[in-house]
Amino acid sequence: MADPKKFKIPIGPQHPSLKEPESFSVALKGEKIKGVDIRLGYNHRGIEKGCEAKTFVQDVYLIERICGICSHSHSTCFVQAVEEIAGLAVPKRALYIRTLIGELERVHSHYLWLGVAGHEIGFDTLLMYTWRDREAIMDVLALLTGNRVNYGMNCIGGVRRDIDAAQTKEIIKAIDELEERTKYYIEVATQETTIIKRLSGVGMLSYEDALKLGAVGPTARASGVNRDVRRDDPYAAYGEIKFDVITDDHCDVYGRTVVRVKELMQSFSIIRQVLKNMPDGPISVRAPRKIPAGEALSRYEAPRGEDVHYVKANGTEYPERVKVRAPTLANIRPVKHMLKDRYLADMPIVIAAIDPCFSCTDRMVSLKHDNNKNKEIMEWQALRKYSIEWYSKQGLDFTKLNEKLNKRFKA
Amino acid sequence: MRPGKMLRQVLQSVFKKPFTVMYPYEKLEMPDKFRGKLKFYPEKCIGCKLCMKDCPTGAIFINKIGDKQFEAIIDLDKCIYCAQCVDSCLKKALEATKDVELAQLDKSKLRVVFNAQPPKTT
Amino acid sequence: MSAIFSILIFPGILFLSITALFAEFLDRKIYARLQNRVGPPWFQPFADFVKLIAKEEIIPKDANAIMFKAMPIFAFASSVCAFLYIPLYAAVSLFSFSGDIIVVLYLLTVPTLAIFIGGWYSTSLYSRIGSVRGLMQLFSYEVPLFIGVLSSAVLADTWSLSDLSLFYGSHSWYWVFNLIGFFVALVALLAKLEKAPFDIPEAETEIVAGSFTEYSGRHLALLRLTLDVEMIVGASFLAAVFLPFGYGFGPVIGFVIFLLKVLSIICLLSLARTILARLRIDQMVIFCWKFLVPLAFVQLLLNLVIKGVLVR
Repeated sequence: MADPKKFKIPIGPQHPSLKEPESFSVALKGEKIKGVDIRLGYNHRGIEKGCEAKTFVQDVYLIERICGICSHSHSTCFVQAVEEIAGLAVPKRALYIRTLIGELERVHSHYLWLGVAGHEIGFDTLLMYTWRDREAIMDVLALLTGNRVNYGMNCIGGVRRDIDAAQTKEIIKAIDELEERTKYYIEVATQETTIIKRLSGVGMLSYEDALKLGAVGPTARASGVNRDVRRDDPYAAYGEIKFDVITDDHCDVYGRTVVRVKELMQSFSIIRQVLKNMPDGPISVRAPRKIPAGEALSRYEAPRGEDVHYVKANGTEYPERVKVRAPTLANIRPVKHMLKDRYLADMPIVIAAIDPCFSCTDRMVSLKHDNNKNKEIMEWQALRKYSIEWYSKQGLDFTKLNEKLNKRFKA
Repeated sequence: MRPGKMLRQVLQSVFKKPFTVMYPYEKLEMPDKFRGKLKFYPEKCIGCKLCMKDCPTGAIFINKIGDKQFEAIIDLDKCIYCAQCVDSCLKKALEATKDVELAQLDKSKLRVVFNAQPPKTT
Repeated sequence: MSAIFSILIFPGILFLSITALFAEFLDRKIYARLQNRVGPPWFQPFADFVKLIAKEEIIPKDANAIMFKAMPIFAFASSVCAFLYIPLYAAVSLFSFSGDIIVVLYLLTVPTLAIFIGGWYSTSLYSRIGSVRGLMQLFSYEVPLFIGVLSSAVLADTWSLSDLSLFYGSHSWYWVFNLIGFFVALVALLAKLEKAPFDIPEAETEIVAGSFTEYSGRHLALLRLTLDVEMIVGASFLAAVFLPFGYGFGPVIGFVIFLLKVLSIICLLSLARTILARLRIDQMVIFCWKFLVPLAFVQLLLNLVIKGVLVR
């Protein structure tokens, strides 16, 4: 190797610290990071294309399975967009139930994040304790919705299940117990010396940089950016509920921890308000199977930040185009900036601090360079023809195999 | 600024029962209305096939055997347990049970056939 | 003949291996119970050892095969050798001579160096970073460990472990003066054994497995056994230097007392592992040099003063 002190180390795609595959190629000098190259796309499953082949009713379940942790966020965002195109008036009780499930999901997601952050800094005890307490929320969600993840609560026009008094009592019991535990975790996070040493000063992102690089969610709120979709653009029942938007001035990973833990306390208060003020009434309206032509954009505050869905319908049962922009895609760019001139040991916790969910992120993104004006995006048939020509230039001929496969799958 | 803040909590855990569930010697009970394996009532089915239309993965297949006799073939490995078919059925012929231990070594056992009701003899 | 028995059976390889694997089980069980979990059954470390021996060994193409294969053997051999000089159930150990404290400390350093060389010759990026970190950690904790241990020997005016135990046996309650040194040596022992908060060279979430990344099969089994043996040897060394009481009760009861001392030190190590997060390498160096080394010097001065005043 040319310079023995400077070399590139691959963190990912397979690495014990990443929960999902992503490639960070780190240029190191000693223990200091000199540059990071990020490559996305290892989790691309073609969900946006798959949505076009299924009806709207089936799409709700496909969109829900984009991610396991923020599944209700994606499903609600999609359903809100479709309901806006079709012009449906969703009953109030359904909106309140959607809010309730959304906040319960936020609680479970932030507890999961606390455990993962503990594991990345080598503090496995915090991982075990927070994930033990998270079981209480998972049991409540299983009782309400019928499953521990991928709740399947939404349908176009409302929700599928109702809540009765016995379930309300279970929710209140779980929330009371978790509020005690959250107060204890706030104490641990703010007083334990080794945690403060590992998390302070790490991953600095100033206010101007957060605005310029487009950070969203708790990552931006920890740098003082006061943005929250629940307050700025209210959806579901958030227009009628009082809550605070938590911001912090630390601008580092410690600030992000504080923001998330305090958001947990706000979520508990929102859940209590929702349960107290739940109006009576039907839980869904009848939705047509053929959605009229139109397009809509809807936003939702997922636990990780702002989630944007765009849906275009053309009068049939199948959507014409569905586009999803997950919050992690907006937060990846600041990671490169945060890791300049830091130590290698900070890398896992900085990546974990934006709460990465690469399953959400990997959609199709087309980047256009300013100088290269004639870059084209190929249509499906043109791409297929191009690949057949390219392979035949290499001497490989796939026509016989194609015939065999066509015969087999037509049967 | 205290190192070892979790000391008291950690020492108390020694005297509490461990939280781990020793599966498969102890099993967890799922709550009511949990979405597990499907159950089909052939006497209620009218053969409208709305469940087949709405299934996201194409896991259920309704076959007509005779006059007003329908059988259902469900692929347990394709089913995503969303229970949309339960909601779509007009006659409530489908139901979600609490059965979740569905792993098999033999793939053919994952194709469950609910036979049609026997023909009426009058 | 009895020398071969001492080296191979008791207190040599067989006894030490079985005790080390049992100590690993105890460490993992206590760690689990403190986290409100069940933990592994008693035969888990033995099962791990047998499983690793049965696996295939893969040596990277660029690695130097001779050094790669030789280093685990060096590490294991020197840890076992260090155990022969530590008094077990009587005040006098099996092979003792003047100056054997220094020899034991030196033999305990050899495994760290062997793991460094093994990691360096693996030529994998993760192993190189891990081995360099291990060496940096060695520079930081070695000074307080040596000064803490040697201050206890300074009070007894001897460089031999057996004479040290005899001295403290005859002047009972003198070991209370060494408690600061005990604390310093415990923290340094955490660093030597690479347990949290000092498991930096082997950080799983940053550099996969540090020096051990490319090892597999028999070599990995031997390396993991070396780590456990180091834990037993280090704990019994600390027990011999800082807790030298209870030697006059005969072999059986003395052995039980020795086991209790070692197990309580292992319990303290597990507790420290549970409640602290991992430090960064620069924070660890600062901590050792700014906090541990002055404490060790305080203990040394205290012992010099006491020696001048009391021991005539």
